Amino acid sequence: MDHNIPRYSFKPINLGRWVIWSLFAIILLGAPMLFTSSLAMTMLSKMGIAIIICLSYNMLLGQGGMLSFGHAVYSGLGAFAAIHALVKAADGSWNIPVSLIPLVGGFAGWLVAVILGSVTTRKSGTIFAMITLGVGAMVFSMSLMLPEFFGGEGGISGNRVIGDPVMGITFGPQIQVYYLIAVYCFICTAAMFAFTQTPLGRMLNAVRDNPERVEFIGYDTQRVRYIAFMIAGFFAGIGGGLHAINDEIVTAEVVGPEYSGLYLLFTFLGGALFFFGPILGAVLLVFATVLLHELTKAWLLYLGVIFLMMVMYAPGGVSSLIMMNVRVAAFGLLRKLWTAYLGLGGSALVILAGVAVMVEMVYHIKLNEALGPMMTFMGVELDTHGVDAWVGAAFVTLTGVGMFEVTRREFVRQWGQAQEEIENEIRRRESH
Amino acid sequence: METFVVFFLNGISYGLLLFMLSSGLTLIFSMMGVLNFAHASFYMLGAYFAYQLTGLVGFAAALVLSPLLVGLLGALFERYSLRKVHAFGHVPELLITFGLSYVIEQLVRLYWGSSTVDYRVPEALSGTLFTVANVAGQGLTLLGGAADPAVCGPDTGNSCTQFPIYRGFMALVALFMLGSLWLLLTRTRIGLIIQAALTHPEMAQALGHNVPRVMMGVFGGGCALAGLAGVIGGNAFVTEPHMAASVGAIIFVVVVVGGMGSLAGAFLASLLIGLMQTFAVIVDVSVASVMQDMGNPVSFDHWAYPLLKITVAQMAPILPYLLLVLMLILRPKGLLGTREE
Repeated sequence: MDHNIPRYSFKPINLGRWVIWSLFAIILLGAPMLFTSSLAMTMLSKMGIAIIICLSYNMLLGQGGMLSFGHAVYSGLGAFAAIHALVKAADGSWNIPVSLIPLVGGFAGWLVAVILGSVTTRKSGTIFAMITLGVGAMVFSMSLMLPEFFGGEGGISGNRVIGDPVMGITFGPQIQVYYLIAVYCFICTAAMFAFTQTPLGRMLNAVRDNPERVEFIGYDTQRVRYIAFMIAGFFAGIGGGLHAINDEIVTAEVVGPEYSGLYLLFTFLGGALFFFGPILGAVLLVFATVLLHELTKAWLLYLGVIFLMMVMYAPGGVSSLIMMNVRVAAFGLLRKLWTAYLGLGGSALVILAGVAVMVEMVYHIKLNEALGPMMTFMGVELDTHGVDAWVGAAFVTLTGVGMFEVTRREFVRQWGQAQEEIENEIRRRESH
Repeated sequence: METFVVFFLNGISYGLLLFMLSSGLTLIFSMMGVLNFAHASFYMLGAYFAYQLTGLVGFAAALVLSPLLVGLLGALFERYSLRKVHAFGHVPELLITFGLSYVIEQLVRLYWGSSTVDYRVPEALSGTLFTVANVAGQGLTLLGGAADPAVCGPDTGNSCTQFPIYRGFMALVALFMLGSLWLLLTRTRIGLIIQAALTHPEMAQALGHNVPRVMMGVFGGGCALAGLAGVIGGNAFVTEPHMAASVGAIIFVVVVVGGMGSLAGAFLASLLIGLMQTFAVIVDVSVASVMQDMGNPVSFDHWAYPLLKITVAQMAPILPYLLLVLMLILRPKGLLGTREE
């Protein structure tokens, strides 16, 4: 008997899986009922789109080990194809319902991936990354040369309210667009999860882990990468198509390096090792680009620093941190750790406060000089030209660093102890 | 013809600048297997440091200090960040340098602002080195300095093209630097150890050399080269927070086209791309115009007209990438590359 079967696996139905997917569907359905403001509506729609794109990106990064610096090319060109289709549908030359326009985007993304992928997937690893960067830069430069297709500075705009309403659906109100996105998001997520279970999906993991051995068995690694690349391009294109319907305008920057960089950053932050990691990453992406962006001009700096820390100390991203704690909780040891977590979180907040004050003061000096030396940070008046504010901020930071180091050592000790107990527990269960 | 000579020289000096960047990248790659995504960010830092230091201590001192500072930062980054993720494999190494490029760009924007800074060519080096004149009846002549208006004035009918002193200076610094690098790598004991650590790291370690420290030195040295390129490139072109992103993709192309890990290949590819980009700007020919000359013009409302009317000059920014794609199709290992993967 094999004891390593997941605990919630029952035949003929896999109960754990049903519960999780139903929960996902309920969240998608219920979210707009809980959060009804127009900001929440916009954010939820953007999240649905970002989830599809980040998951498609993770098909390359997480499942195929292909680090692409040009994923926005596929989602962006999908968005352009979709907006052109929308314009054609509006003037009556194409007879296509709005709800199927994302598929046009998907098809375009697939077609671009077929063409460009045949070159990029010839290589793997580091060289693949460099080539995708070059190809991404090429497409972005082309967007400036072909204003007929990319719309130049102003982009291409369309109108999603076309034709007669079908069952009262006009796609005028944002809520209807949200549900369109939600349906696509659910289907695409399910399809991409299903892909990981297929022989091809498994082969892709094998190509990531040990390409030499895969070649030995008789598979063509380049072909496996190429097929995965095309599928990822298709889903990215669907995301782009939804983007076109949601915003009703597409500008050249959606194919640019900024977008590619964000997809990479957040897929990694969410975690490339677990299927659900990019979903978390996409949610974080929207929070960061919509809310953090409003809060501070230095958001990309904070983001970059968090990313560096993550690569160094938690290369599995947020999802792996969660799963590590789920494991600890499953053995009933999490309550021993919560004081250490409180300490870590508290001291991290102190560091953040100190550093943020200094960064914001520099920004204030550089950008808002005309407003005078005084600025408010979290309700506190600060004199950016005075020594005391700087000394104070530095002192807060140093205190935070000191506290963090002390709690970190304690945490590492407790964490190690918990892991040891888990190992013992597993051994004990095995011997029974 | 006279424009050709000057453009050729301009292309060479730009190509040498590219080689200063790509040589550091290639050295780091072949030694550590790390593709330094932030390499162009160090180039940018070199330019900004030089801008700041020129105001304090003058250009000559900045030319020395700025690369040293950049090299030091690179070495510190290698020691405290890159080495930590070395055990996780090459993709996390690439990711951490990618993150660093974000942070550097944001810090630069934070400190120096988002617009172009006024980093100028120093007074002593601005001006014209020589003028190539096409004088009627005499053919091509070389004149030192800015040409006499009697020869090149607007109503003489002679065409003249000037070559700036600073372009010559750039080429000179690059050649000097690359010459000393070559001597360092092939003729000194340090170079011997670096080469040993490159090919046989375990053996070099066993013989008592501190290979991690050699790697830190190589990383710092590569970054310092990028910094030097920034010092002399920043004022020849523009110094702004976007300069890293625009050069970064080009040097990646250089390294792939030249062949991964091959210094000689990177040299050839740098010159090739430098010349190509310089010359493309003056070629005002498109498919549509060629077809017009051949007697069957493309009509304006043909579907492909927007594509066919693009001139080579307009295509200049994407030419390096087209070269990359062509290279991958025709010769995947690059010009002088030896490894297939």
